Amino acid sequence: MSKKYHVTTSVNGDEYDFLCEPQQSLLDVLRDNLMLTGTKEGCATGDCGACSVMLDGRLVCSCLVIGVEAGGKKIETIEGMAKGDTLHPLQQKFLELNGLQCGICTPGILVAARALLEKNPDPSEMEVRYWLAGNLCRCTGYDKVIRAVMAAATEMRGA
Amino acid sequence: MSELRYEAPDSLASAIKLLAAAGGPARILAGGTDVIVQMEMDMIEPELLLDIKHIPGLREIKAEKGGFRIGATVSGMEMMEHAALCATWPGLIDGVKLIGSIQVKGRATMAGNLCNASPGADSVPPLVTAGAMAHVVGPNGARDVPVEQIPIGPGKTSLAKGEIIESFFLPARPRNAGDAYLRFTPRTEMDIAVVGVAVNLTLDGAGVCTAARVAIGAVAPTVLIVKECADALIGTKVDAAAIDKMAAAAAAACRPIDDKRGTKEFRIKMARVLAKRVAQKALERARHVA
Repeated sequence: MSKKYHVTTSVNGDEYDFLCEPQQSLLDVLRDNLMLTGTKEGCATGDCGACSVMLDGRLVCSCLVIGVEAGGKKIETIEGMAKGDTLHPLQQKFLELNGLQCGICTPGILVAARALLEKNPDPSEMEVRYWLAGNLCRCTGYDKVIRAVMAAATEMRGA
Repeated sequence: MSELRYEAPDSLASAIKLLAAAGGPARILAGGTDVIVQMEMDMIEPELLLDIKHIPGLREIKAEKGGFRIGATVSGMEMMEHAALCATWPGLIDGVKLIGSIQVKGRATMAGNLCNASPGADSVPPLVTAGAMAHVVGPNGARDVPVEQIPIGPGKTSLAKGEIIESFFLPARPRNAGDAYLRFTPRTEMDIAVVGVAVNLTLDGAGVCTAARVAIGAVAPTVLIVKECADALIGTKVDAAAIDKMAAAAAAACRPIDDKRGTKEFRIKMARVLAKRVAQKALERARHVA
């Protein structure tokens, strides 16, 4: 047993306090300590992107961040994406265009896609594919994912 | 299992002190994209995890003597977003862009890529051909080390106990100079180099190559600097004959292993192919046509 560290952080605008051991990943902390289970564990080695979150405005794999590092940071997860009952346009398009099958990769893809559209509101299909290269889908439903992201981008530019 | 400690000092002096005083294995935590994976997979069991991201100044890219000073905790994405750095050292950025996913580059650092000491690290060949110097600080003071002297074998570095890379210095470069890096991987993204080649060359007013550096990754225990490649380019107009000679020298220098990612023969063949393409790309950049 390692020493426990007291960490204060902001997740989706809310302040959280938790105790964690230094080997615990931010992913573990989100799911097991804070019960924010929307962020998924795929590989736990940074290869699949299922655990994607924003850390101080930067897209990262939460399995490659340790919980202690979250102290004083601003974290955004899938739970903060919809505003009340209003889905984010990306979420809406994923539903309309069947951009998901089993759904494990979906929260990570949505967080990653939002990060892209905030940086580049009008990406080419190639840019979307490269940006999402770090998000693996085990159902291999990539084409519908790309179409949903492109459709959401179009809608968001029009709004 | 020993107890793992996490420390996040706010000065280099206390970081060095903590590192030098560690009773067991210690690891520096910057981007964490290698260290955390190695811990997760039980490949390492450190006693101390030293987070250097709270030390002021380490996260900056600064202009210095016509070149750049890049702090040890600057992430790949931060480098890719720095317009002046991208314009001056595009070959280095070619390498950085190939490190993992956007998520990984959001955290991964060049210092980590170098100190993880993988022979296939994508940012290392172009860092070497750029003539970059690592500023190393430790219990016995500071020293500036050519980056190629940091990795000494797979997973091993020349850094002494208590030493930390604080920053890298990329020198100023002449106007008619260009660098490039390309690697071969079965997939275009999220893969590890089977072979990687970097070329950095300078032309004079008449288009004659006056200086060149060529480095090859993933074909030896450490990145190879191939002087015969540079010699094949220097004094020429980097025409097809010079590039062929340089590519042959690249293939001749390789001493790869067979592994799951490629055979010896394939790596040697690809080194030649990539050397040609990279030299051409570096040349176009030096001529400002690319």
